[in-house]
Order: sequence, then structure tokens, then C-alpha cells
Amino acid sequence: MMNGRLRWRKFVSNFMLAMTGVCAFVSVLVLFFILGYLFFNGGTSINWDFFTKLPKPVGETGGGMANAIVGSGKILLLASLMGVPIGFLGGVYLAEFSGKGMASVVRYSADLLNGVPSIVIGIFAYSLVVLPFKHFSAFAGAFALGMMMIPITLRSTEEFLKSVPRMLREAAMALGASKWKTIATVIVPAAYRGIMTAILLALARVAGETAPLLFTAFGNRFESHGWSQPTATLPVMIYTYAVSPYDDWHRQAWAAGLVLLGLVLIINILARTILSRGIAVPRS
Amino acid sequence: MATTTTALKGAGPVTGSRSFFTRLRDGDEIARLITLLFATTVVLITAALVWELWVNSALPRQKFGLHFFVTSVWDPIMDQFGALPFIYGTMVTSAVALLIAVPLGIGAAIFLAELAPPRVSDTLQFFIDLLAAVPSVIYGLLGVFIVVPLMRTVIYPALNRPFGYLPIFKGPSYGVGFMTAGIVLAIMVIPYIISVSREVLLSVPRDQREAALALGSTRWESTWKVVVPFAKTGIMGSIFLALARALGETMAVTMVIGNTPKIAASLFAPGYSIAAVIANEFTEATGDLYLQSLIALGLVLFLLTFILNGLARLLIVFTTQKGSEVGG
Amino acid sequence: MQASAKPELSVNIVTNLTTSASRETAAALPMRMTISKLNFFYGPKQILFDINMGIADKKVTALIGPSGCGKSTLLRTLNRMYETVSTSRLEGEILLDGQNILAQDVTALRRRIGMVFQRPNPFPKSIFDNVAYGPRINGYKGSLADTVEKSLRHAALWDEVKDHLHKSAYELSGGQQQRLCIARALAVEPEVLLMDEPCSALDPISTAKIEELMVELKNLTTITIVTHNMQQAARVSDFTAFLLTGQIIEFSPTPHLFTTPSDPRTEAYITGRFG
Repeated sequence: MMNGRLRWRKFVSNFMLAMTGVCAFVSVLVLFFILGYLFFNGGTSINWDFFTKLPKPVGETGGGMANAIVGSGKILLLASLMGVPIGFLGGVYLAEFSGKGMASVVRYSADLLNGVPSIVIGIFAYSLVVLPFKHFSAFAGAFALGMMMIPITLRSTEEFLKSVPRMLREAAMALGASKWKTIATVIVPAAYRGIMTAILLALARVAGETAPLLFTAFGNRFESHGWSQPTATLPVMIYTYAVSPYDDWHRQAWAAGLVLLGLVLIINILARTILSRGIAVPRS
Repeated sequence: MATTTTALKGAGPVTGSRSFFTRLRDGDEIARLITLLFATTVVLITAALVWELWVNSALPRQKFGLHFFVTSVWDPIMDQFGALPFIYGTMVTSAVALLIAVPLGIGAAIFLAELAPPRVSDTLQFFIDLLAAVPSVIYGLLGVFIVVPLMRTVIYPALNRPFGYLPIFKGPSYGVGFMTAGIVLAIMVIPYIISVSREVLLSVPRDQREAALALGSTRWESTWKVVVPFAKTGIMGSIFLALARALGETMAVTMVIGNTPKIAASLFAPGYSIAAVIANEFTEATGDLYLQSLIALGLVLFLLTFILNGLARLLIVFTTQKGSEVGG
Repeated sequence: MQASAKPELSVNIVTNLTTSASRETAAALPMRMTISKLNFFYGPKQILFDINMGIADKKVTALIGPSGCGKSTLLRTLNRMYETVSTSRLEGEILLDGQNILAQDVTALRRRIGMVFQRPNPFPKSIFDNVAYGPRINGYKGSLADTVEKSLRHAALWDEVKDHLHKSAYELSGGQQQRLCIARALAVEPEVLLMDEPCSALDPISTAKIEELMVELKNLTTITIVTHNMQQAARVSDFTAFLLTGQIIEFSPTPHLFTTPSDPRTEAYITGRFG
């Protein structure tokens, strides 16, 4: 019963569907390609020196990125301390206390903030923190990254708190617990895993950000002490080294890229698989 | 509940229960106020951001007015600043990115939503989500050391020799340029198109596809002529989202675009984007006009992404709701 | 749009599958489709057990039974729609005009056996494009406008939409959308039309309209309908099969099944004692 036209249509169908499969696999292959290249080019350069030595003067080979690693760590820590509480408590407000009007305003602001390009966040942090104090600082960098963590933390906290079953709330309140006690001792612990997942994903996202640090933390060839000095960070080092003319710096950029990507991916994988068993994971 | 807890707390008659209530309310009231404070902080931060952008870009607004958007001269020495080369570069690289990413992304989404068995689909989506998490500077790294040489040795010859007479393929290539940046951007935005389109396609009601099959369609015909059109609005939304991401993308573009504030017809020419010029020149900007012109560019970028993101969200919500409306 | 030659119709005797055969029902009626020894599984779970029945040409055959009895599953085997589920498995034979549908190309088959679904599901296109969809993909060379008009008339929808053919199908009411879906299915001139509880999402007036339609449509095409509404089956069908937990309990001419059912379970169901 198969006439020519039907044969052609079936051929087109099989061909196009195969093409979509190619699209899908090519897209996924890119990920493995990236990982492969980083391993290949950067793997050999990851040694003890990389993690413990400071950068050598310009033009000299060797040295490491110890200051950048510490710098990133410091800034991320401070960023979390700034962004997470604001996002978390704001989310608690939205889920537990707010009226419709205020809730929409807060949510809208958070969504707006989330969509701002990271370089513009850098400009904001610059005008608010760098300009008044007239120097680059780790604090400014942490401020920029902290602002970026707020929206995801806020929306996820709200979502996961709201998804806690009514039964749990009512059981606590029937025992005489006040509202805030119920929230603190019953609801938040119940929503804990989802919220932690979101925070980790937000952290992974800002850990890789370079643009907002370019004119806040800026960079440093040496160790920086305290919070008010320009500070080296891993992403900015990668950028600086990659666009430089020195082969040795290129080598180190690959290594640093591998470390950074490894960190970001590990956090993502852990958060998306182990921590969030059975929970819907927020998309970035 | 009031009487029982009053009794348990050992409070006395009416006056006692009122003081208990006050205490109770105070505890909750304080909690409410504290969380309200933090929620308001979010709003204030966002407002402050817009405010700072606006206030700190006053100088170029006063000096150039709307001419800022149509001047193509960017000369810090002569204090002449025009946004056109950067707007042009941002548009062109985003267009190239979408031209590559949209067909690939929608194709992949179709495969994941219509063809792949659920577990394969979920696994592949997991990897796509990881791809979206790769930092921009890593893409930049790959751009510099892989795409740029590839452009010089493979892509440029392949396009310039046969099609070099076309304005977009004319001229020499240094490896960096609009097309290179577009290619890197394409890789970066594909995950967004795939994720959202896949979700939107999965939300199309089953019986749309079955109705098409029941009329004697092939699988491709039912997918392409019925399911995809049904999800059309949401897919548009995913493209807007991808575009918003491409516009704001800084590091990867800066590393491969060539950093030349010139408008050129050829895709192989070096150029500049809004985000890239801010990244490169912000710390070198001497003088208020220079700095504020860069901030003005930041404001432009902010507005563009703001509009696109808003539209995208509307479109996506619209489609996922549509599925429940069919059937009168 | 018909196949180039008139297909050979296999002539079978309608058999009453209950233990006491009734002489009045043994008339020589041509069978459009014949189902033999059909067993159907979703993965390890068996849904249909040893189904044997015939679908009489140009008549309405109804499948009735309580929820979960397998009537929709049985209907969907007839146009191989179950194949969209990967764990489904079918044993047995289904003949259309004497040829096993399982051995044919499924795309060609589905043009010959149409389907109308439980909830109206017009495509996100205009009224015209909905009806024209089937002819278009099958490469119809004649006048699409004529085919669309013919199908809409057969579905008793033409007068209501003739001036609005380019409006979106979603602007129609529920009952109109379902008639549009019927027109869409008729546009490819199917030999058999399967209807899966076509009125269950509609109001009584639309239901009545579609029931009227079914009685007229059987002159055009053979109809098989699944319905949970017994009165509907009694009103519109010529033959009725009663299913229970995946088996055909009784299959006979409608008047017989509803007035003097041979099986006590049939009687229990139609008198409303369960289901």
C-alpha cells in the first residue's frame, strides 16, 4: 500500500528525527569536550606549587595562584554571609507573613535583580562601595557577588517553605507553638534540603563570575590581608593570564580553569543529585 | 486554642490572657518585622541599582543627549563618546549566536521531548543543566585557544574563498571578531533554549500529537506541524531568554571579539560589545565623562535585558497555561 | 481519497459469543474489521483477554462496560494508537478488509481508520486549516475548499462556521470543537471511524447533536464508539459489545442486548447494579 509519496514522507520523518538526535548529542558532547580539553591542557599543570605559591613577577615562569584561591574563598564566604540571610529571611517573609501587594513587589524586584547582567552589578557595586572609599576591595567584590545570590535564595526559600505540607504546620500550632517558633523549628527544617540546594547552586554560579569582580576586587599579584585591599580571585586570574602573551601564563590559566570548573561542577552535581533527591531543582 | 494555652501557661483571667497574647504577638510581630526588613532590603537594593545607574550616567546624557545612541565615534582622548559601535557589536554577535543556537537547540529539545525515552531524556537534560553552569570565563578560555585558531584555519577559509564577495564574508580574518564571538555565544546559550523548549514541548497535551497521528501523519509531521506550533509561544520565550543572556555576556565575548570600536559589515572583522567595552575600559577610564559614558552603556544594557526578560517570562507562562485551555 | 480499487469485503456471519446463540441475529452481514484472539499487555500486565469480534460494515458498533474494563484500550488497538506507549504489546490478529493491519504501514493505516477523542482537541490553527490538515499531508490534489466544505457539512457544522473559516478553532464552543474534530477526521475519508467517548466532555445539547450525527454518518463510514453512557449506546448503535475486566462478556445486536441480555453480568450492568 506504500506509494511513492508515502515512502518519501517516511524518509523525511526518519531523517529529521535522526537530525534532532544529532542536535541533542552534539549539545551534550560540548560539555565533555570542554572537560576533556581542560584536563588535557591543564591537568599536568596542577601541582602543589599551583595551590601554594604566589604568582611570579611578570615574564618569569612558575609560581602559582595561592593568593587567588584564598581570595576567591574569602570573597565567596563574605558574599554568602551577605546575600544568603537577606534572601533567606526575605523568602521567609514572602512565604509566611506577607500580603499580596508587598509580595508581588518583592518578587518582582528579585526577578529584576536576577536578570541584571553581572557586569552591571559590578558597576553598581563600584558606585556604592568602591567610589566612596576610593579603592578596590575584597568587600566590594563580596558585595557584588552577594547581591547576585539574593534572588535565587529568596525565590527558592519562598517556594520550598510554601511546599511544606499544611499538616506539619497545623500539628505544631495545635501544640501551642507561636508562628515564628513553628517556622523556625518545624517548617524551615522540613524545607531545609531544597533551600540548601538552591543556596549551593547560587554559590556555584557566583563562584565562576568574573565580570563583577573586575572593578570591585580588581586583582592583586600578592596576598591581600583583610577585606579592604584589592584581592586576586581565580576567575579574574584566568582571564588576565589567558589574554596575556606569555605561554607559561596560558598554561596556568588552563590549570586554574580546570580547578574552577571542577569546583563549580562538583557543587552542581552534588546539589542536584544527592541533596535534592526527589525535589524539583530550580533552574538558573 | 486561646483558652487551652492560657490555662497551660498558667495565665489568669482576661487580663492575663491579653498579656499572653501580647507576648505571643510580640514574638511573632518581631519575626514579621525582621523578615519584612530583609524583604524591603531586596526592593531597596534593586531600586538603588537603577538609581545609581541613572544618576551616574548624567554627564553623557547632558552632553550628548540622544545623539549618544547614533554616534559611532568612541574617542576618549577627544572626549567624544558614541554608543553605536557597541550596540552594533552586541546586536550582531547575538544575531549570529541565535542563528546557530536556535535550530540546534530546538532540534535537541524536540529530540528530548518527543523521541527520547524518559530516562535518556532526563539524563541528557542533566548534562545540559551542567553546561549552563559552566562559568563564562571558561568559555572564554576555550574561545581564545580553540575557536580563534579554528576560525583562522578552518572556518574563515571555508566561507571566505567561495563567498568572499558577499559583504558579510569579505576581508581578512585575525581569528577574533564578530563571528568568533557569535560562535562562542551560541554554545553558551544553547542550554537555555533546550531546557525551556523541552519543558514547553512536554507540556503540550498528548492528544494533540495523537490526533495528528490518527489522521495519518508521520511522527515528524505530527511533531513539526502540530506539537511545535502548539508550543510556539513558549519556544519564542526561550529564545528571548537566550537573547537576554547573550546580550549581557561579558567575559567570553571580551576575550574573542577583538576589542575594536568600529562598525564593519564583515563578520570576520573585529568589533566590540557593550559588556566588553565596560569590562575592558572601566578601570582605565580617565575623567568623569569617560567613566559615566561607560555607565550609560551599562544602563542601556540593563534596559535591554530588562525588557527581554519580561517578555520571555510572559511568553513562557502563556504557553504552559494554554495546555489546560484546549477543549472548550 | 479512496483507495484506487474497491477493497474485497470479507463476508462473515455475525456470531453471538454467549453460550446460547440466538437464531435471529445470524444474518449475513459484511464485516469491515475482524478481531481474532486478541490479547493485549502493558508491560507485564494483561489488559485484554482473548477478544474475538467483528465490526460490521456501515453500522455503528458500541463498546460498553464499567471503568477500567478495557473498552478504550480495545478501541485504540484498531488504529494501532497503542504503539505510542513503548511497553505495549499485542498478540493476535486484526483484519481490515481481510488484511492484517499489524502487517501494514501504520501511517497509511491511520489514514484509513480515523479517530475522535474524548476531549475536543483541535489543532492551534484556523477552522479551515484544521479540516484541511489531513488532506494536505496526504497530498490531496483536488480542491481543498470543496473537501473542507463537504466534511464540515457531514459534521453538521458548516452553517455555523462557513463565514468564519479562518478564525481560530479555539473560538468555538466545546460542542462545536468536537464536531470540528469529527469533520477533521472525515476529511481524509476514513473507512472506519473510531470514537472514544466523544460526548463525555460535552453538554446535553451538544451530545444530542452528535448522536444525531452518528446515525447519519454510518452511511459514510463504519463507526465504532466507546461510551460509558448506556442510554447513548442503546440510542445510536446497531451492535453492542459489553466488556468486563478485559473480556467480551456479550456481543449482539443492540436491541437484543438491552432487552434480553443472555449473560447475567450484562443484565446486572445495564440495570445499573454496578459500574
